[in-house]
Formats: sequence, C-alpha cells, structure tokens
Amino acid sequence: MLIDRIEAQKNPTKHTLVAIVENKPGVLNRVASLMRRRNFNIESLAVGTTEDPTISRMTIVIDASKTNAALVERNLYKLVNVIDVQDLTDVPSVVRELALIKVRISDAQHRGEIKQIADMFQSRIVDVAKDSCIIEVTGEEQKVDSMLRVLEDYGILEVVRTGRIAMARG
Amino acid sequence: MKLTGAQIIWESLIQQGVEVVFGYPGGAILPTYDALVDYQDRIRHVLVRHEENAALAADAYFRATGKVGVCMATSGPGALNLVTGLANAMMDSSAVVAITGQVASHLVGTDAFQETDVTGVTLPITKHNYLVMNIEELPQVLAEAFYIARTGRPGPVLIDVCKDVQQKMIDYKPVTEVKLRGYRAVKPMGKQNLPLLLQRAKELIDHARRPIILAGQGIKHANAHEEFREFVEKSGIPVATTLLGIGVLSEDHPLNLRMMGMHGEAYVNMAIANADLLIALGMRFDDRVTGNLKTYAKNARVIHVDIDPAEINKNVPADVGIVGNLKDVLRQLTPMIEKRSYPAWLEQINEWRADTLARDIMQVEFPDHMLLAPHVMRMIWEETNGECTVCTDVGQHQMWETQYFVHKRKNQLITSGGLGTMGFGVPAAIGAKIGRPQDEVWAIVGDGGFQMSIPELATIVQEKLDIKIAIINNNFLGMVRQWQELMHNKRYSAVEMWTPDFVKLAEAYGICGLRAKTRSEAREAIRIAREHEGPVLIEFQVEKETNVFPMVQPGKSLSEMTRRPVIQPAALGGGMDFLKGKE
Repeated sequence: MLIDRIEAQKNPTKHTLVAIVENKPGVLNRVASLMRRRNFNIESLAVGTTEDPTISRMTIVIDASKTNAALVERNLYKLVNVIDVQDLTDVPSVVRELALIKVRISDAQHRGEIKQIADMFQSRIVDVAKDSCIIEVTGEEQKVDSMLRVLEDYGILEVVRTGRIAMARG
Repeated sequence: MKLTGAQIIWESLIQQGVEVVFGYPGGAILPTYDALVDYQDRIRHVLVRHEENAALAADAYFRATGKVGVCMATSGPGALNLVTGLANAMMDSSAVVAITGQVASHLVGTDAFQETDVTGVTLPITKHNYLVMNIEELPQVLAEAFYIARTGRPGPVLIDVCKDVQQKMIDYKPVTEVKLRGYRAVKPMGKQNLPLLLQRAKELIDHARRPIILAGQGIKHANAHEEFREFVEKSGIPVATTLLGIGVLSEDHPLNLRMMGMHGEAYVNMAIANADLLIALGMRFDDRVTGNLKTYAKNARVIHVDIDPAEINKNVPADVGIVGNLKDVLRQLTPMIEKRSYPAWLEQINEWRADTLARDIMQVEFPDHMLLAPHVMRMIWEETNGECTVCTDVGQHQMWETQYFVHKRKNQLITSGGLGTMGFGVPAAIGAKIGRPQDEVWAIVGDGGFQMSIPELATIVQEKLDIKIAIINNNFLGMVRQWQELMHNKRYSAVEMWTPDFVKLAEAYGICGLRAKTRSEAREAIRIAREHEGPVLIEFQVEKETNVFPMVQPGKSLSEMTRRPVIQPAALGGGMDFLKGKE
C-alpha cells in the first residue's frame, strides 16, 4: 500500500478493477457518480449479476496514465454498497470482451471471405441478411481490435462491445 | 406493536438517543410532524427559519456533543435547502442524519408537486443515502443511517421517506443489529500489516531530526485527545494543527505551534517547509494546508494515519500509510517510540517564532478609536477567560479568530472548514448552545455571513437560547476584498456592503443590541453582553480595509508567505499603511 500513486505512474497500463457490489437500486449510479465527481477516466464499465442474486459484479477498466487506479480502488472501496474490490491487473486472470460487428456484404465473394475471417477468429456469424451480416466475437480486446482492422476493408456498419469482464484464475 | 412509518421514525430516533431535531415541516413530511405531537415530551424540535440552517445546526450539534445531529425537511424545496448544510457536513466529516419527506411512492418519477430526486441530488454530498418506498425497510434503514453516519469517518446520511410510507402501519420491532455487507467502520484496502507499518513508522520517527506532527480533526473524531497528548509528550515532536484540528491539543501546550496553512503563523509553516518528517494524523492535506504541492515539505518523509483509505496518497504520497482509528493506532505506536526531545529543532522554530512575535500587532499601542478585528478576538478571549465555545462564520474574522483566540479547551472552536460555508456561524451557535447548554456560546460572524442568517435570530428568541453574537462589521466582504486587493490589483468587484442598523435589527427581534466603535467601547460591550442574561448582538465597527496576514497566496509554497510587517515605532504616524503585508 506504499506510494501506489508513484507506482501507478511507472506502469501506465490499463488497470482492471473488479467491484463486488450489493445488487440494490442505484448502485451503478453511485459508482458512475463517483467516477465523474473525482474526475476519474474510465475506459469501460461492465455490470452483471453473479451466482448470488443479491450481488452484482462490475468490471472497470482504467487508463492508469490518466487516472491513479489505486485511488479509484480506494474510493470504490469506501462506498457503502461495495463489498469488495480486486485489482486484477497483475493477477493471472481470464479477460474477455464480446463484440457484435455488422459488416457490409457487397457481393457473394465477400460473403465467403467474411466467413473465412470469422472462422479464423473463432467467431460466429449470428445473422445474415442480403447485404450485411453480424459477427459475434469473444476474446481479449486486442483480438476484437485486430478483427475490426481486418474487417475494415469490407465496410463496418455497426459495432457494439461489452467492455472488459475479468475473473482471477484458480 | 403496530406503528405507522411516522411513529417508527420517532421511535427510532429515541432509540438512537436523539434529543433534538432541527427541522421545518411541509407537505410530504406532514405525517411525521403529526406524529411528533405525541413525542414532543421526549424529543425537542427546533423550528429553524430556513432548512439550510437546520442542516448546519445539526452539523454543529454533532461537533459540540459528538452525538449525531438530526435535521428534517419536506420534499422538493425543503430537501434542496438542506443541500449546502449536508455538503458542509460531508466536507468536514460531521455525523448528520437528514430525514426528508418524499412524494407518495406511486407518484415518484411523475414530477409530482414538490417532487425532486433528492437521493440523486445528494448522492455526491452524503456518505450514503436512501430512498424508502417500502415501510418494511424503514426500521432497518434508520438504524443503518445512524450507524453509517457516526462510525468510521463520520458523515451525513440522508433518508428520503415517501409520504405513504410514513402513513402505512407495520408491526414494529426495534432494530438491534445492523448488517451491512460492504461497510465497516475501519476498512483498509485488503489486508493491512499493521505491526509492520507501525515498525516502519517508528523507524522513521527514530531517524528524524526535524519532525513535525500535523494534527487534524480525526483525533477528535476518534476521541483520542489523551492518547494524542501522550504521543506528543513522549515523542517530543512539535505539533501544527489544521483549522479543524484546533482543540485536539491545548493551544498553550509548549509543543503546540498552533494552526498551519494559508493563514497559519509563519513559524508554523516554516517548520513544516523545513521538516524532515511529517506525521500526519487524521488530516487530509487540503490545499489550504499545503499550498503548492510540488514544493510542499520537499525534504520530508511522510507518515500518514487516517481512517479513510482514500485519503492516503491522495494529495501527498505517504512513505508509511496507515488506515485506522487514531485511538487504536496511537495506543500501539506510543509505547514503541523512544522518549525524546529536539532542542536544536525547537530552537530553530523559536527563532522563526521570535520573528513572528516582532510582527505581533497586539504589541502596538493603537489610539483608542482604532478598533481592529483582531482586537475583538483577543478581547472576547480575555473577557471570557478563554472558556467559551466559539462558532465562527467564514472569512477574515474566522482566520483572525484562529490567530488571536488561544483555544485551550477541547473542541472549543466550531467552524466551517472544507466547504467554507458563509452563514454557518449563527446556526452553528444554535446547534452548539443546544448541545452545550451550560457553555457560554459566542457566534463570531462577519457582516456578510451574518446577513445570510438573520432569520435565525427568530429561532434564537423562540428557543430562548443565550447566544452572544459578535458581528465584525467592516462593510466589506473582507476576505474577497483582500483577494481582490492582493491578486486583482485592488479592482473591487461586488464586495462593498451596506449593512442595516444591527442594533435596531436586534431590538426588532427583542434581542439586546449593542454597538462598539472604539476599543474601550468594544471591551465594555463584551462585558455588558456577558452580564446580560439572554441573547445579545454586538456590532463591532472595525477598520475597513485590513488584511489577514501572514498569507500563503494560492499556488505559492508555504515558505513564500506574505508576512505581517515588522513593527516600527514610527509606523503609527503613517496611518494604517503598516498593516499592509510585505513579501
């Protein structure tokens, strides 16, 4: 717990915080309000339920070059509805993001190419229309990023990403 | 026992030991005020004249007694008027529970009459808040609110209770246990190795040659005055206090250097600037305390103890950061350290102090007609034998109070620190007098702040509160004027103030009103006020354009203070000019 601000500045990486919170009305608002009023920069925030219906889990990604992640962690920790906060940045963990990508299909040849690309990324085509399709891809953000780059040439019509979710291994 | 929500509110307050509620009724809180009729013999309700003052009085009541202050208001405008007071309690860590009425639950979200999203509005200025739409939750929420408000780092908690919840009935059982999954009074991040941290702190203390203790309000909240004094006396380390830390150690204690920061005495700030170890206890390195952070105590290692984990490393990185209750921490740390003294270091500080004494305007023999605000502070201190509780407003008079009133008693000064809320002084005196009925209570206020709280004179009369109000009238918003003079080339903008005839105003309220224009009149007025039973208002007409010095201007380092000039015997010949500061 010593001098964590200085250490955070030394490693300008993305920090992944997981907050275990009580599943009560307004909790997301409390977390979001905290980020805004403390001027914390967050890259993504994903919320969902857990095995315990009274508990939700938030995965928050912070750009540590802009924001002191340790301070975010401590401020989150102070919230009455927050049960625990874990910093998974340096903990072996499984990190995933899901994205839906709608790609333009201009001709039949493209359809085949896109199918191949989807297979290479171990992703699935979940909707096919006359002139577009939707690909569902899961993985770490870099994988989604590189898939987007590959698909760029075909014409990306729409993208939605869930933001990072993470869980410590073991 | 079948009770309505309204009755449950009062039952819970009584169970929590609440003796007084500061409030103002209205539509959405009507059922609770109706139930109050049957509880009036057990709880005192103080009808304020503006809800903001209910929150401020509740805040001051907490500071005066250590017991949770309670305020109450109706929905919409009533609750919104609490906002400044709640923010004040949040910034200064005061345990306050605010109970507000809300429109009936089926109307929530419909823009009903006097509906405001009060939990939304107060989210960033409360430690926690609740919207109660279901009566089953109400007893538990009330118990939780008090527990959260008073434990850990104290703070305000707001409970917004829908009108139908106040009216519904349930079988009520007093709540004896609070179960909060995420909340603990002391909650360090992860596992804190306290013995190791204490050992490191001890080593830093052992190796220090110019250490200084920075004492804040956390010591008061932990009720650790005794433990703190023992630590100070054993360690032999001099103490500087924050504004809110005034009163954690008697100001005539030889090791108490007194207040630090923007208007702290120069020798205190010099000691901090030259220290090699800061031991920060229950304080948060506010910008008014540190000045420019880049140059703040550059050569010092830092031990920081606070109950709030988010304060450690927030402004000043700590070499040793400990999250804990100061009573517990000091009880463990004091036996570990060696009994020491720092003669060379104290001699250095005394050298700086001698320079400050050479600039002490109290040594100047002014002509009688020259009444300065510092004179008033010193006279009130002398006449009351330094024994009264002082509530100040915000501004120049507040800083002069800290400089010229020597606080010997525990928690003697009640003042708005972090938020700097003008209009705090009078409602604070109401809260303090009710909390400390045996005490002589003085509200020392400026002409600006007082004009924000004039309506509360009616509350003082109605509640028969023996409060002495000292208005330091310079017909200016003095601190703003000082900044305009020093930092905006004396371009005065909206700081000159016409004031009413305060004596007649007091008389209109049936309060004894006095006016003093000279030093002898000032002393006489204070004497009369003290002899008079009941509230007294004194207007002190002081010299208009004097400044509070020393001053660390914003963005400057602690060592770059604008000082009081050294007093030359011929100075008086030049009129007031010698009161202007010099770099």
